[in-house]
Amino acid sequence: MAEESKVTLYGYSPCPFGKRVEMALKLKGVPYEYVEEDLTNNSQMLLSLNPVHKKVPVLVHNGKPIAQSLVILEYIDETWKNGPQLLPKDPYKRAQVRFWASFVQQQLFESMLKEFKTKGETQEEASKELFEKLKLLEEGLKSFYFDSDRSIDTEHVGLLDLVFVSVFGSYHKVQEEVLSVKTIDPEKSPLIHSWLTALLDLPVVKETLPPVEKMVAHIKFFRQRFYLPQLNDP
Amino acid sequence: MSKGEIVILDCWVSPFCLRVKIALKEKGLEYEEREEKELLGKKSDLLLKSNPIHQKVPVLLHNGKPICESTVIVNYINDNWPSPPFLPSSPYEIAQARFWADYIDKKVHDAGGNIWKSKGEAQERAIKDFIEIVKQLEEGLGERDFFGGDTFGLNDISLISLTSWFHAYEKFGNFKVEDHCPKFSAWIKRCSERPSVSQVIPDPEKVYEFVLMLKKMFGLE
Repeated sequence: MAEESKVTLYGYSPCPFGKRVEMALKLKGVPYEYVEEDLTNNSQMLLSLNPVHKKVPVLVHNGKPIAQSLVILEYIDETWKNGPQLLPKDPYKRAQVRFWASFVQQQLFESMLKEFKTKGETQEEASKELFEKLKLLEEGLKSFYFDSDRSIDTEHVGLLDLVFVSVFGSYHKVQEEVLSVKTIDPEKSPLIHSWLTALLDLPVVKETLPPVEKMVAHIKFFRQRFYLPQLNDP
Repeated sequence: MSKGEIVILDCWVSPFCLRVKIALKEKGLEYEEREEKELLGKKSDLLLKSNPIHQKVPVLLHNGKPICESTVIVNYINDNWPSPPFLPSSPYEIAQARFWADYIDKKVHDAGGNIWKSKGEAQERAIKDFIEIVKQLEEGLGERDFFGGDTFGLNDISLISLTSWFHAYEKFGNFKVEDHCPKFSAWIKRCSERPSVSQVIPDPEKVYEFVLMLKKMFGLE
């Protein structure tokens, strides 16, 4: 393969945003090189590839860097036509996918992160917030996503599936272990629970998401080392 | 593509609603505005039904179907009525445009908000942060006429709408964007000359008075 059309993904293995990009590349059958960036020690490479945010993931294609995972996913969909179409063609359906992807990314993930970063009453509030938002997601998706003829399989994985499974796939099990909180309860969020279960069964998801034990260790480390010391003791 | 019925659930001072109106005008589309007085607590049934998640404007109703979130709406308008295009043609340039759209959405309005919500040293810091962000955008613009290159595009629409509050920030913070970012100010002027912008952008003094009212409402005088 010519050097120019080489695809390199800079990521950080516990980070869900890079995982979703990896899954998209695999689904599209795009060969790529993965480079692990240690986020606790910003490399010069990262600073030059993403000077604005200095964050991963960054995809480099034809020597040009693209940052922000949702932007990268749309770029992948527009550039490689093999595999499933990540975004629907219909403008209204596209708008729905973009709206909900942004909701999962910004609202749900933020609340989840808050849970990891706090303790006591603040953490309880964050859990409540997360639960309320999950209810909204369950309701919202009923009307447009979970219709009877929609199947979750490798040919039909979309952007919203990737965003959702990368945020909830490993993290919700980690939450249960680290925080003893059950986020996705089959009784309270039946659609979300069955959606997540179906996604976690896909080969591309199984082989890309990091194992739960690794995520647990990572989150515990971050909590001890960075998040909890930043909190004022009650 | 037939136009159908286009309604915007609107608030005159919201820069996010402004984005949608500019986008519609750029595409030559006619629409009906329905003003929501949501800040006074009276959310209409239509708003609550159309945007149950956030209960906020803008909402675009196209043939009765709701689309929420200003950036999602502007992209929808562009997808549905492709001409004139708001995005470039190559996937890489589109990705760059989307990257800046995300930056604009995450940084500008909040940074501006920090200026009018604070005073003294905190306000000085807020002004400094705000100028840094505008400088970053100025760098992103480079030597081009518009963020869209030769043509007025997605990020020009998103950003020019947010500048409708700049006069208020400048007045509260006693500074001028032009003193720090002349190229950016030139871009503001260029965009403001477009009828799609000049026809809908609110009077900067009225925006200032509105923000003053907000300050009083939140006890931030």
